[in-house]
Amino acid sequence: MRWHPLEAAFWLATLLPFVLAPSYLSLASQIAITALFALSLDLILGYAGLVSLGHAAYFGVGAYAAGLLSKYLFGEPLTGLAVSGLAAGGVGYLSSHVIVRFRHLALIMLTLGFGLLLFEAANSASALTGGADGLQGVAISPLLGFKFDLYGRTAYAYSLAVLFLCFLVCRRLIHSPLGLALRGIRENALRMPAIGAPSLAHLRMAYTVAAVMAGVAGALLTQTTSTVSLEVLSFGRSADVLVILILGGAGRLYGGILGAILYMVARDQLSDMNPQYWYFWIGLLLVAVVMFLPNGILGGASALYPKRQ
Amino acid sequence: MLSTRNVNKAFGSLIVASDITLEVPRGARHALIGPNGAGKTTLINLITGMLEPDSGAIVVGGEDVTSLKPEARVRRGLARTFQINALFPRLTALESVALAVLEREGRAHNWWRALPAFGPAIDEAHAILASLHIPAQKETRELAYGQQRLLEIALALATRPRILLLDEPAAGVPKDESQQLFTAIAGLSGELTVLFIEHDMDVVFRFASRIHVMVGGRILVEGTPAEIARDERVREVYLGRSHRAAA
Amino acid sequence: MLASVVGVLFDGLAYGMLLFLLSVGLSVTLGMMNFVNLAHCSFAMVGGYAAVWLTGRFGWPFLAALPAAFLAGAAVSLVLERTLYRRLYRASDLDQCLFTIGIVFISVAVAAYFFGTIQQSIRTPPWLEGSFGAFGLSFSAYRLFLIVASLAVAALLVWSLERTRFGARVRAAVDNQRMARGLGIDVDRAFMITFALGGGLAGLGGALAVAMVGLDHQFAFTYLVYVLIVVAVGGLGSIGGSLAAAALLGISDMAGKYYFPWLGAFVIYLVMVGLLMWRPVGLFGKR
Repeated sequence: MRWHPLEAAFWLATLLPFVLAPSYLSLASQIAITALFALSLDLILGYAGLVSLGHAAYFGVGAYAAGLLSKYLFGEPLTGLAVSGLAAGGVGYLSSHVIVRFRHLALIMLTLGFGLLLFEAANSASALTGGADGLQGVAISPLLGFKFDLYGRTAYAYSLAVLFLCFLVCRRLIHSPLGLALRGIRENALRMPAIGAPSLAHLRMAYTVAAVMAGVAGALLTQTTSTVSLEVLSFGRSADVLVILILGGAGRLYGGILGAILYMVARDQLSDMNPQYWYFWIGLLLVAVVMFLPNGILGGASALYPKRQ
Repeated sequence: MLSTRNVNKAFGSLIVASDITLEVPRGARHALIGPNGAGKTTLINLITGMLEPDSGAIVVGGEDVTSLKPEARVRRGLARTFQINALFPRLTALESVALAVLEREGRAHNWWRALPAFGPAIDEAHAILASLHIPAQKETRELAYGQQRLLEIALALATRPRILLLDEPAAGVPKDESQQLFTAIAGLSGELTVLFIEHDMDVVFRFASRIHVMVGGRILVEGTPAEIARDERVREVYLGRSHRAAA
Repeated sequence: MLASVVGVLFDGLAYGMLLFLLSVGLSVTLGMMNFVNLAHCSFAMVGGYAAVWLTGRFGWPFLAALPAAFLAGAAVSLVLERTLYRRLYRASDLDQCLFTIGIVFISVAVAAYFFGTIQQSIRTPPWLEGSFGAFGLSFSAYRLFLIVASLAVAALLVWSLERTRFGARVRAAVDNQRMARGLGIDVDRAFMITFALGGGLAGLGGALAVAMVGLDHQFAFTYLVYVLIVVAVGGLGSIGGSLAAAALLGISDMAGKYYFPWLGAFVIYLVMVGLLMWRPVGLFGKR
């Protein structure tokens, strides 16, 4: 559980944008939100070993919950965050009862189907969600007295703080008995019942925690941009976060964060590129990563340095 | 302690278990032998719950466990090892056994406290590993094959079973490593009820007080080692008819 | 009332048959090798664009373009299998998923580059345009052609699977790959041919799709979901399953759009999720 000096350096470096790149703080907060989303997927994919093509479902639930709460009840961000996280967690908990029982194609299809279901439901329920036009009337109050200004200072501080806290939670989980149990399931799922392990219950727990985190990320997006669109529930978002996590390296805690930084910075720098070509390069990248760097960038890096005891 | 009653199982027209009834009393050491494909491992799978019988009952300590899931049967004290190692390759021996201990205690669900905080469980894991001379800090995939077979037993023991099912514990273990294995098996508590599958007759005659012979999915005969050694049907099954005259 | 039901059934069946052609190859290869090829609809796209190009640019007759589309799909899938896919047979589900999604992205971009992002159209012969009347209703000639052609293909497939030696080898490989290898069956070769056949059928489906549902650069993605649903619901490795699931899906989709337009595709996804929960191996699946 000890902190590696590189880790401390990394987290200190996340404060640099305030000083070195103050005009990019909005982008930085988007990166933090995406990193949190990717981290939540890592719990499911990298640690619990479940392939999900529909993780955006929980992101979207959190996003819409935060938006609707601010529109109809109150706009205080912190309570909104908590409520949205709980909402997404609830959906995650319920869906986990079905999802964790499956593997292979059935699991892929179920998660994909579930994500698409929620997207269609939100699309149809346009009276509530605003449908394709997005949710109107999202009104976020200042955070602890700080307004969400156009420079993104509050947004980035907020997103970064939430990311760090959730990261700490993940870190604890991974080094806990549940983390060990998840590793056991991944290493040999067949052996687990033979040592009396309730594998499904363990997976449901991890899945629910991940859903809460994804919901929190979605709520952050709503609160920092004051908008919610259908896109938060789209397959595109599920696919993007998957690409990001794989790029950085799943099962290594920092993979999602690294992937998010690289992906979002690249997309920002190349934003004038025709979207078709962007996806061409992403496709090529995916092919290359699977063929040559199956454990992502962090995996490749750790292969270069022998594991310390 | 452990008994099966009229257990039947078929996959389509392939009958893998036919009217299996056997009983292993408390503290006994029984062996299950038979040619390859006789259905011995299948029977273990039926007893542990990995396979569901078409009919019949599995009784553990007087309780009918036929409808219970494998995890639940482990909690009732039924543990097994696998013929082909079913270990956690990248977990260390200590992590593997500690996991089994924590699962037994029902504390593997805990995600808030760090592992080192569970001192007693880790100490217990150390003790089990030490008693079997398995290095604790090595990753499972780096252990010698004989040590891995011992780790199989360690995992089963960590669940504090009342009944232990050993599926060919000595399988594939080179001669120079098998001594430790036999010491371990000999050292098992007298309270423990053991049923083991083995092909190595030396091991069988050394440890078993009673032998069940299984052929083609059914129990052919059961008896003391001396009775089985004399039984003509058993010789026929193992040695073929032409050897009968030479007996 | 009855007229609309019959109409929905007919149109739904036509759509279902199209989905069948697009999906059957994936179902069989998935059942054989457990290789999750999400790029299957890219082969359909190749066939579709090939047909559009041949009829548009070179003035080929429609019926001649169909076998060409089949060959195009088969060729591309064969090349892909021989060069890239075969390295991933032992890879994890996730890796196969990601790799083939990457191929889809690439194919979508390539299609956009060469053909633009506009909807493509194809010239069909006059005898396939228009409709004919029966039972007081009017039926689209093209859709009838689609139904008949697909059923013929299905019959041919089932016949070859049941009656030819090659078919027997394929069935053995789907049932139990290890055993099939042990019996001396060249599973890799059987797979290669089946893969090419599946890709070819997808290409044929793509060509036939243009006149019915249109074709654009996103085709590989748009229809991927439907194809996956057919395969998952119908069961891996089952031609009959694909046929039944595709028909079911096509009719449900049409009925949904006609009677419950506000629900959109919700019903389809709900049916799929419900069915998979009940029978994870699909309606006719084996494992």
